[in-house]
Amino acid sequence: MNEPVKNDAPVLNIENLNVKFVTEDGVVRAVNGLDLQVGKGKALGLVGETGAGKTTTALSILRLVPDPPGVVDCEKLELNGKDIMGMSTHELEQIRGKEVSMIFQDPMTALNPVFTVGDQIAESIHLHENVSMVEAQKKAVEMLELVGIPGDRAGEYPHQFSGGMKQRVVISIALACHPQLLIADEPTTALDVTIQAQVLDLMKELRTKYDTSLIMITHDLGIVAEICDEVAVMYAGNVVEKGTLEDVFNHTLHPYTEGLFNSLPNINDRKAMLKPIPGLMPDPTDLPEGCPFYPRCQYADEACKKPQQKKYVSDTHYIRCCAYDREGFHIERKEKT
Amino acid sequence: MYRYILKRILMMIPVLIAVSFVVYFLMDLAPGDIISSMAPQDATEAEIEMMREELGLNGPLIQRYFRYLGNLLKGDMGMSLSLKRPVAEVFFERFPATLQLALAATVVAVVIAIPLGIAAATHHRSFLDGFSMVTAMLGVSMPGFWLALLLIMWFSLGLKWFPSGGSGDFKHLVLPSLALGAGQAGTLTRITRSSMLDVIRQDYLRTARAKGVSEKQVIRKHALKNALIPIITVFGSTFGNLLGGAVAIETVFSWPGIGRLTVSAVNTRDITLATGCIIMFTVILTVTMLLVDIAYAFVDPRIKAQYTK
Repeated sequence: MNEPVKNDAPVLNIENLNVKFVTEDGVVRAVNGLDLQVGKGKALGLVGETGAGKTTTALSILRLVPDPPGVVDCEKLELNGKDIMGMSTHELEQIRGKEVSMIFQDPMTALNPVFTVGDQIAESIHLHENVSMVEAQKKAVEMLELVGIPGDRAGEYPHQFSGGMKQRVVISIALACHPQLLIADEPTTALDVTIQAQVLDLMKELRTKYDTSLIMITHDLGIVAEICDEVAVMYAGNVVEKGTLEDVFNHTLHPYTEGLFNSLPNINDRKAMLKPIPGLMPDPTDLPEGCPFYPRCQYADEACKKPQQKKYVSDTHYIRCCAYDREGFHIERKEKT
Repeated sequence: MYRYILKRILMMIPVLIAVSFVVYFLMDLAPGDIISSMAPQDATEAEIEMMREELGLNGPLIQRYFRYLGNLLKGDMGMSLSLKRPVAEVFFERFPATLQLALAATVVAVVIAIPLGIAAATHHRSFLDGFSMVTAMLGVSMPGFWLALLLIMWFSLGLKWFPSGGSGDFKHLVLPSLALGAGQAGTLTRITRSSMLDVIRQDYLRTARAKGVSEKQVIRKHALKNALIPIITVFGSTFGNLLGGAVAIETVFSWPGIGRLTVSAVNTRDITLATGCIIMFTVILTVTMLLVDIAYAFVDPRIKAQYTK
């Protein structure tokens, strides 16, 4: 069962994505040979700690990695079968916001302070839907109401909104032209918990309504469990484990994923000590040649110092870990059965 | 907003009183008075004393000042001692020339500085950036009168394209406004660049790009409007200063502006004219600053919100 499953026409298909940042202090290798597919209407959770390359991956899809210093190199980067790497700037401008759009982490800074929220939503509609600015304004009001903000506030400026409402505005900008793919980069990290739940519910609702595919970037496994169909765990610029929600959460295989779960507090056993992953993520200017996780991995042996291959354990579930080549290897986290 | 403006206008009154006080007293402290330049060589003591009396130069300083201030508050700046004409009339006769030159110089500065500053910021650390920074540095550090002399040498003595001095039509305006605008352009370029560099790193520009806004529009619409506040501030203060006249440039080009008028009033100890000119300059400068603050409100809604509080 070492063959990948061919999804029929994924919305997004990334093969062998490499992103590096050339700086004076060395070359930062942010993404290294990443593959990712997102099926139509599916939600993929992209999980990993800060600096794992999640946001860089997302920006690569929009071709918005700042250049210089960023250098993006990708064998295949297709959105709805269209090659993004080969697109001209003008073609890219046409798909951004129309076919793929992005929600950013911090709603406080994601909105332009000197334009009204209505104008900011309408701009996207005006650019992509071939309608007059007046028409676009009307649609912007509808979008605001859709995310639960009274339409008569369209003429107000971002500083007149609370954080949660700003994020709703950002969401309505992203969804204004009903994109096939929505990338949400930690959309709730900057919000407090009660607002988080509201925003997540809203995203879920709108996603089903428009049948939008979603990449949810987060380090909150709870959000993944709530929203996503599939999970990809990233470490040092590559996916180390990918599978369905069930695969990754209940049949965890990769030692890093195990470490992530062990780092979660257990609500049923408040006295239990957390088991953090020892050590730090490797320096992206100086990545180890083999498995990037082996310096921190309790199961590592000599074989881990060689480059890791994808290893499919089921149709949907793969890992990059050679420990399973060993007879009878298993991690300590118990599979939930 | 209107209350804010009214408050600012009322605040000008104490400022003007203070300025008139300082200028009037300083003029009085300066050695010599208008008589020494007016009286004939062979005038007798008695004649000079009579002239003093006539011009109202006798009596204690405080008394004279308060008489002046009283008239000033009624809107009367008095008679110029040397020209024997109302100060206001003399001032407003010269002011259009100064206004014309200041506007032309500012147009020159803005047309050069804004595009150059934006280009420098968007091509940060490139050749273009270095080029525009060197140009800006030259503009700032070149003395205006020296540039004025160079311009006269090249374009009026050499190429004979423009007259070397005087005022009147458009041709007379070109060289002085270039000479005066260069320094302003330098300052504006630098502030435009640094302000744009700040804005260019902001998240909301990434949001705009992610919406599919073209790079040109991202810079011109989304970035520039956010970068305008510091640019307007510098623009306002340099423009306000230009309205006070530019002595060196006016002298080189024999431009009939306020700058030369003020300096000659000081030199001849024409106390009413000098004080009047400086007070008018203060009024112009504070009004410009008020206009700058009002302009902020149109650029940034957050500042507008503060004004209405």
